[in-house]
Amino acid sequence: MKFSENWLKQWVNYNQSTTEVMEQLTMLGLEVDGVEPAAGDFSGVVVAEIMACEKHPDADKLKVCEVNAGNETLQIVCGAPNARVGLKTALSKIGAVLPGNFKIKKSKLRGVESQGMLCSEVELGISQESDGIIELPADAPVGEDVISYMDLNDQVIDIDLTPNRADCFCIRGVAREVATLNHLPVKTPGAVTIEPSCDDKVEVTLKAPAQCPIYASRVIKGIDNTQTTPLWMKECLRRSGIKSIHPVVDVTNYVMLEMGQPMHAFDAAEIDGSIIVRMAHKDEEIQLLDQSTAQLSEEFLVIADENKALAVAGVIGGLGSGVNDQTQDIVLESAYFDPATIMGKSRKLAVHTESGLRFERGVDWALQTAAMERATELITQICGGEVAPINMVRSEQDVPQQQTITLSVDHLNKVLGFVVETEKVTQIFNDLGFACTFDNTVWTVQSPSWRFDLAISEDLIEEVVRVVGYDQMPSHRLSSTDAIRVIPEQMKQLRAIKQQLADMSYQEVINYSFVGEKQLSDLDLQQDVFGLANPLNKEMAVMRTHLLPGVLGNIKANLARQEQQLALFELGKVFSKSAEIQQDDVLLMAKTGQQSPEQWSADDAKVDFFTLKGDVETLLSDSIDELSFEVSDHSYLHPGRQAAIKSAGRIIGYLGQVHPSVCQKMKIKQEVYVAELNVSDIQKIKLPAWQVVSKFPQVRRDLAVIIKDDVTWAAVAAAVRASLRADESLLYKLCLFDVYKGDNIEKGYKSLAMALIFQENNRTLEDKEVDKLVSKAVSFLAEQLNAEIRS
Amino acid sequence: MSDLQQIVTDGLAQIEQADSVQALDDVRVQYLGQKGTVTLQLKQLGQLPAEERKTAGQAINQAKGQLFSAIQEKKNTLMAAELNAKLMAESIDVTLPGRQNGKGGIHPVSRTMQRIIDLFSQVGFDVVTGPEIEDDFHNFEALNFPAHHPARAMHDTFYFPDGHLLRTHTSPVQIRAMKTMEPPIKIIAPGKVYRSDSDQTHTPMFHQVEGLVIGEDVTFASLKGVLNQFVNAFFEDDLQIRLRPSYFPFTEPSAEVDVEWKKDDGSIDWLEVLGCGMVHPNVLRSGGIDPEKYTGFAFGLGVERFAMLRYGVQDLRNFFENDMAFLRQFQS
Repeated sequence: MKFSENWLKQWVNYNQSTTEVMEQLTMLGLEVDGVEPAAGDFSGVVVAEIMACEKHPDADKLKVCEVNAGNETLQIVCGAPNARVGLKTALSKIGAVLPGNFKIKKSKLRGVESQGMLCSEVELGISQESDGIIELPADAPVGEDVISYMDLNDQVIDIDLTPNRADCFCIRGVAREVATLNHLPVKTPGAVTIEPSCDDKVEVTLKAPAQCPIYASRVIKGIDNTQTTPLWMKECLRRSGIKSIHPVVDVTNYVMLEMGQPMHAFDAAEIDGSIIVRMAHKDEEIQLLDQSTAQLSEEFLVIADENKALAVAGVIGGLGSGVNDQTQDIVLESAYFDPATIMGKSRKLAVHTESGLRFERGVDWALQTAAMERATELITQICGGEVAPINMVRSEQDVPQQQTITLSVDHLNKVLGFVVETEKVTQIFNDLGFACTFDNTVWTVQSPSWRFDLAISEDLIEEVVRVVGYDQMPSHRLSSTDAIRVIPEQMKQLRAIKQQLADMSYQEVINYSFVGEKQLSDLDLQQDVFGLANPLNKEMAVMRTHLLPGVLGNIKANLARQEQQLALFELGKVFSKSAEIQQDDVLLMAKTGQQSPEQWSADDAKVDFFTLKGDVETLLSDSIDELSFEVSDHSYLHPGRQAAIKSAGRIIGYLGQVHPSVCQKMKIKQEVYVAELNVSDIQKIKLPAWQVVSKFPQVRRDLAVIIKDDVTWAAVAAAVRASLRADESLLYKLCLFDVYKGDNIEKGYKSLAMALIFQENNRTLEDKEVDKLVSKAVSFLAEQLNAEIRS
Repeated sequence: MSDLQQIVTDGLAQIEQADSVQALDDVRVQYLGQKGTVTLQLKQLGQLPAEERKTAGQAINQAKGQLFSAIQEKKNTLMAAELNAKLMAESIDVTLPGRQNGKGGIHPVSRTMQRIIDLFSQVGFDVVTGPEIEDDFHNFEALNFPAHHPARAMHDTFYFPDGHLLRTHTSPVQIRAMKTMEPPIKIIAPGKVYRSDSDQTHTPMFHQVEGLVIGEDVTFASLKGVLNQFVNAFFEDDLQIRLRPSYFPFTEPSAEVDVEWKKDDGSIDWLEVLGCGMVHPNVLRSGGIDPEKYTGFAFGLGVERFAMLRYGVQDLRNFFENDMAFLRQFQS
């Protein structure tokens, strides 16, 4: 809400500086967003009248004006299209300084002398645009300084109101706050009672009394709406960011800004019979003031006549029943609408009006008569007209009630944690205009008609503490608990996982949780995708079912920035919906490029499946259960280079090379390897448990076998262990140290070289028994897997 | 005996002149070997009269010892020199780049979040988390947002066709925690939140840390104290904070917290960093907690905001572009 400080001062006359009072407002909860001067910094500009206006002899668009500046007549060359005889306007005389330190000097324009400059609003820093020189009222006193005439020595204050403070959407409300803090009286300019001069009346029926319990209307007939709105009112509206239209609309806006009551004026000639306040019919159409046509539903409240809807109550008027400058008879409306009924309606119609903003947050329900009288007074002052009595229609049972709220001293102190003197509390309630009694332990407070945010004692506590000042509140320590809490040792914290990955050279990335549907379908990952109803754009339309699209995008972008070697990880939720919504934490690791940073002596081997597998094994080395890897068949992974990662027989993730055709689609020209793991599965880690450490020597036997290519190492290792039967515990370690295919090995076969390392806890193993174990393994491998010993 | 004297003098001179372990060994053999000069002298002892033998023997043995230790000493010197020569031949250029394993790092948002968690953990806050796809009840209704309330509109919510939504704040975790925990409750809830807003100062996804404390002696003044301590600890600086009245449906009284910030030009600015307040009794009731017995406070802070202030990041959108050149700046 923007308003003129001078206007505020008409209501509460404070002596403090603007800065001081703005600080007070911010600290009261009315955050001041900005304070700007009402006009640019200028001097030497006076009211002047154009006495003569001739075309410039040498320039088509210029005029040579004879201007009365009070005590002198000056010749001014002016290019404004609206420069004309009889116009009163603003003149910068020679020596004047305009905003931007622009000094006015005597000059010649196309050979004609100009003794100053006629000014537009833009030139004086009053508005952002104008299409000519300022047009001042006919009665503007020639020679008077423009700053004092237009009351421009003023600040425009912009406050950002929270939704609970609808009462401050007007000068009256802000004045009340300033007055409370500074113990000043609030003046009420223009509180009047108008004597009726005719007895016209439009009947009003409240068919939806719960939605509209108060509806005041009044006929004013015979007005002259072609009159000009007075400058002071136009200036107040301008400083609040509202355009002047014609007197009737200007007055309703002015009263709304001043008192907080949005009002509406109907052209009486357009009302068929009586006014009916009712809910809209299904699909009822109305053409709105902004020229759009709205189709309403039954949850909209309308002001109608006997045939049609005239206005969407509280939000916007209808085009047909609106007032224009030719209107002679009007019906003024000053109503109270139930906030819940108005809430959300502006958004539904996509028309955001000052009226809708106020009604949906709550308008003072005791204000309708006073606002009507104020508006009537102003309209008749400008436009004349005969005034009928106010037709006040109320549904008493639906009119909001004052809330009675109690607050005990104990509760106040308990919530705040410090003591506010009871006299001070009572005074705060009184200053805020809350009727209140205090019996030494409990305050009983009546919420005023303008406050919709007071219902419980905590609401009163906030009132007390904000007036006392949040900055006056002490800082206390939280009474600390000295209990030692359990930190589960078998639960790997997410931070530990992240740190471990960082130590393993992976960089964490964080991507948006939503992706484009195409990003998923390109990877065939669109199953059970859950899309947003109102996405920002197509690229952020669905929830990611997988982390891969995001991380591949990061790889692509970084490769494009000459980052050839990448190791990235992301830990975040993925989402899907089949029967139920799934949202679980997943870890994705990805590597591409060389295994180690480029260096003069380093191996330049590229990342491959086993790089990632090794990283997974390292990361999961503290897992409770042994890992196993089995061939899998994900379509987004290379069909021959992927595996399911299993723990205790359950799949906990996948590992593999991203399918080359996926990389091709994404224009990634190098191999990318990824591993994905369910985070909950990798968080379970083992508690270290002591085992005997053998003091006896290890015995190593190397063994090379030739075996069919399609026999996996896992099968070989399992066979070796199985062959030992009861003696398996003697096999301390089984280590594969070479895999060979090629010369000397038949095609379709491979050679596996392994070390069998034996150790016993309580004695030195004898060569003989180790030899026996090895020969068991050899014959078992031959029997089971057709393995042949390589000599 | 002058012979012997001469032998020793010659021997010592030859030892001195030996320039390699091999040459030295030749000298040793020449004097102390089986057919060495000194050995021969010993062998000739028997030809001396018995009364001279003892004295002569002693003299020869002394000469032998003298030569022996001279050889040992020289040998040590020569070996040390040889080793040194060998090692010097192995010299390397110590300024060549070392072999590294590559470096990774934690994302600055995670890093900041972890720092916040660490600070609160010290004084007994437990970390809890909640779902990111939420229902209207937990995100709004239980937090005292009436239907169609303007405060809801301020949240720019992403909805799903079935009525679920992406949580707009971490506050739903308050409700979930209250329902499963018994007071006293002291938790923080870090996580992702979503608003359908995207421009230079808004990303549609960002991170918050929610704090909730419920007990029998939790006061507005203690909220101020906790936040004061936290801000000072986070920035490792004695910064002033300012609480000013604000409005959140789920707290009453409510406050915005500003931090006094020194700008580059030396001027002071109040920067809004978090929102907080005393938990609204309706919210306590939604969580199954008796508002007659307990009071609580809650606060919510934007992690990116704190990261930007702490590390001087200028553009919020950097956080989600995942450019290595940016991310590397936060590797430690």
